Amino acid sequence: MLEASDLELERGGRRLFRSLSLALAGGELLRVAGANGSGKTTLLKILCGLLSPQAGEVRWEGTPIRLLREEFSKQLLYLGHAPAVKDELTAAENLSIACTLAGVTASEQSVREALDAYGLPRMDVPVRSLSQGQRRRAALARLLLSAAVPLWLLDEPFTALDAKAARFTSELIAQHVARGGAAVYTTHQDAAIGAAVARVIELE
Amino acid sequence: MRMIGAIRCVLTRDLLLALRRPSDVATALLFFVIVASLFPLGVGAEPNQLRAIAPGVIWVSALLSSMLSLARLFAADHADGTLEQLLLGAAPLGVVAAAKVTAHWLVAGLPLVAIAPVIALQYDLPATLYGTLALSLLLGTPVLSLIGAIGAALTLGLRGGGVLLALLVLPLYVPVLIFGAGSVDMASAGLSPAGQLQLLGALLVVSAAFAPWAIATALRISTE
Repeated sequence: MLEASDLELERGGRRLFRSLSLALAGGELLRVAGANGSGKTTLLKILCGLLSPQAGEVRWEGTPIRLLREEFSKQLLYLGHAPAVKDELTAAENLSIACTLAGVTASEQSVREALDAYGLPRMDVPVRSLSQGQRRRAALARLLLSAAVPLWLLDEPFTALDAKAARFTSELIAQHVARGGAAVYTTHQDAAIGAAVARVIELE
Repeated sequence: MRMIGAIRCVLTRDLLLALRRPSDVATALLFFVIVASLFPLGVGAEPNQLRAIAPGVIWVSALLSSMLSLARLFAADHADGTLEQLLLGAAPLGVVAAAKVTAHWLVAGLPLVAIAPVIALQYDLPATLYGTLALSLLLGTPVLSLIGAIGAALTLGLRGGGVLLALLVLPLYVPVLIFGAGSVDMASAGLSPAGQLQLLGALLVVSAAFAPWAIATALRISTE
């Protein structure tokens, strides 16, 4: 599915990585590990096409992603460092907007169910009044509605989550991989994802 | 179908956000009213003089007010990470950008059109000119939003972006200002303002066709 070859990136005069290659097929899980500032987020942004590398390229089913643009965007779910929720909107509004923009159809019912599954209170309050962990959950609830999206790119999905929510998230990732999807996630904790075995890329 | 869905989604999202935070909308509108009301106080209450400067003053106030609200157009989305999701959306980025600019105009441009006759009253502008003034603003303010959004996208995430935005965008507003204020001047001289209004219309068509793609490219560049 996803291939990257000879990626090279320099940021602020420091080379984060060079000649980094990876290939990811359906049903595979890849963990990007490394210390703070080692370029995990940057690598993920390159894989989803938000950043372009100085050298090398990322291909989806053999075609460079910069040629595919929206066609590739439809195939992926990217959850970045920030929860990407609007403070003024409710969790349900945020979730249904995020899904519509990503081209995923989500009924009001399924949005409600996804939020319930993540243990968010059934209150129509703006996200502003929720805690950091609850915001994160509101963003992660998209995973439940994105089963049909083949590639998941998750940047630090477990930050700010309590043990139960973190376990639930890793179960969702494991299920996704078991159904033949591919997932890349970054973390600096050595968290195991269900029964799935993650390959690890260690950035220095 | 998906494109229409995305346009509707972004439009309702931005309008809903404006509704939940009405102070942002009120700031731009009040700014317009206050700036336009300061001139008679400074220039003096000589009716002929006021009538002569009215179109220019109202138009300059509209430019500045639209400038004020532009800085937030993409900055808020950039700060909370939702801009990344817009960039990775299923619809082409140009379409999303067009929807965002439309929402911005509905919130920051259209109220100016509605309130301009009230300002014109302060300047003792003849009632026969209200139509031309409103029409020129109706055609001109969307151009301001479209051109300004390119600047807002280019200066996204820069330190001192607000000042840079003004330096970048205000010179580009000059044609809109000339034709907009010119059309009201023509009408007040008893001539037909059709020519100026048509030029404003042409500016609107051209900028509506090209600006969304320029905004999309600018957004990609400034988020790299």
